[in-house]
Amino acid sequence: MNAVIEAKHLRKTFGELVAVDDLSFSVNAGECFGILGPNGAGKTSTIRMVYAFSPPSGGTLRVFGLDIIRQARAVKSRIGVCQQENNIDPDLTVLQNLEVFARYFNIPAAEATRRSRELLRFMALDHRENARALDLSGGMIRRLVMARALLNRPELLILDEPTTGLDPQSRHQVWERLEELRADGLSILLTTHYMDEAARLCDRLIIMDQGRLLVEGKPAELVRLHVGRHVLEVADPAEGLPAFLRERGVVFENLGHRLIVDVEDGTVLYREIDGRFCDGGCVMRMATLEDVFLRLTGRELRE
Amino acid sequence: MKLYPPLSRRFFRVWQRNLTVYRQSWKISFIPPLLEPLFYLLAFGVGLGALVGNIRYGGEEISYVRFIAPALIAITVMNSSFFENTYGSFVRMYYQKTFDAMMATPLTVEEIIMGEIIWGATKAVIATAIMMVVISFFGLIRYPEGLLLLPLAFLGGLAFGAAGMICTALVPNIELFNLPVFLFITPMFLFSGTFFPVENLPGWAQTTAAFLPLTRLAELARAFTNGRINAGVLPGIVYLAAFAAVAFPLALYKMRKRLIK
Repeated sequence: MNAVIEAKHLRKTFGELVAVDDLSFSVNAGECFGILGPNGAGKTSTIRMVYAFSPPSGGTLRVFGLDIIRQARAVKSRIGVCQQENNIDPDLTVLQNLEVFARYFNIPAAEATRRSRELLRFMALDHRENARALDLSGGMIRRLVMARALLNRPELLILDEPTTGLDPQSRHQVWERLEELRADGLSILLTTHYMDEAARLCDRLIIMDQGRLLVEGKPAELVRLHVGRHVLEVADPAEGLPAFLRERGVVFENLGHRLIVDVEDGTVLYREIDGRFCDGGCVMRMATLEDVFLRLTGRELRE
Repeated sequence: MKLYPPLSRRFFRVWQRNLTVYRQSWKISFIPPLLEPLFYLLAFGVGLGALVGNIRYGGEEISYVRFIAPALIAITVMNSSFFENTYGSFVRMYYQKTFDAMMATPLTVEEIIMGEIIWGATKAVIATAIMMVVISFFGLIRYPEGLLLLPLAFLGGLAFGAAGMICTALVPNIELFNLPVFLFITPMFLFSGTFFPVENLPGWAQTTAAFLPLTRLAELARAFTNGRINAGVLPGIVYLAAFAAVAFPLALYKMRKRLIK
């Protein structure tokens, strides 16, 4: 298998602060790979090293087999990047934004205009071609940034929190486009803290916290391995429930007003505790990546 | 740390980007360099000039308006490049994150900053060209020697633009540009032999003024507008070139420090 990104013992420090610590991972060609983690986990620091924006403090990092420091220009001409900020040119029109950006890749003007129009159609922005970029909605700006990242026909698309702050319609539109691109064989690296996004888009992902790698795997496998199949959530549990569960040898998490049980098959247990302990409401649902995430990174706020 | 050959002709792409944005609002951008010299020429040349009469400069009597017209060009060169590479570049760097977007393309920091400084110098040339048209109507520029003002504006623009870019690399927030403006730009505006000859200053101030780049630029602009092209202009040109040759690489170095983290 062809590795598009190969990171070994990657390290990034800012003075005293260790942002990324001994991180190793690899992304295969044609794969969508996710980096998950709470705020300050080191996601953005990691992908900034991948797109040659900030030099690693230690370890090795190769993209397309090229050295990220010495061959940065070659790497950067073959990747497309959507940074977290929507750094478009507010004074220019939608089309001009793309045409100006294409020049940075030395794409000839006629070809740039052709590609720009094509990408605006792909991103459903062709009807706003001549609008000032400043006048676009948040979702449209995001799609413009994505179109811009595809101008150089990249082999690897890097997205830093692609759907943060978007309404549900815009999020789904972004996801659909990303799925189409992946189907066409584009390799994708993204960071997110939306678990549904990661579960839907990523073939494989890592969860990191405080600069370190916690787990790596396929979303469904991680859920099965770290949580199980079902989750029972009991709101305002009756007093006897913890004792009852302990007696049964069932592992649970008690948050006071909410009690969470991870089980492989919850149907029997659900029937047993529903009615007896579930005054405030009792839900059985499928385990999700969010359960894995909270299990591994804890529930304390990260600010 | 040397990353890769950091400078190529790609800096031109950054320059081109700024030109594209400038052309969106060129009708408004044209107004200041068109009206400003008119206002100054009317207020100082015609109004104050009636009080002052002729003044002695370079061993000859010249009218006050002839004395200040070239200085106005020098001031415009300083202002347009310095302000473009301080406030203008800072907004692109800090608020619009334009440099961040560029840094994710094959462009290097050095190319981005070089494109910005050369754009600052270009704006100085554009402003000078517009002013020359206005001032020529008053018959205050001798041609063809006066055309040398355009390359002079580019050289001065490089020097002041690079100095501005160093400030941009150092200030934590945009309000702090007040500091270099009040410490350097405003004193130079007033005391660089612009509105009165440097010889009118006390001795120590004359010595200080001789080291200010605007003094040199104003002297050169006066020589070029009045057609006095001789060996006397060389020291000034060498001085401005040396100033730019120091400030330019320093600006690239400082901006790399600021942007690469």
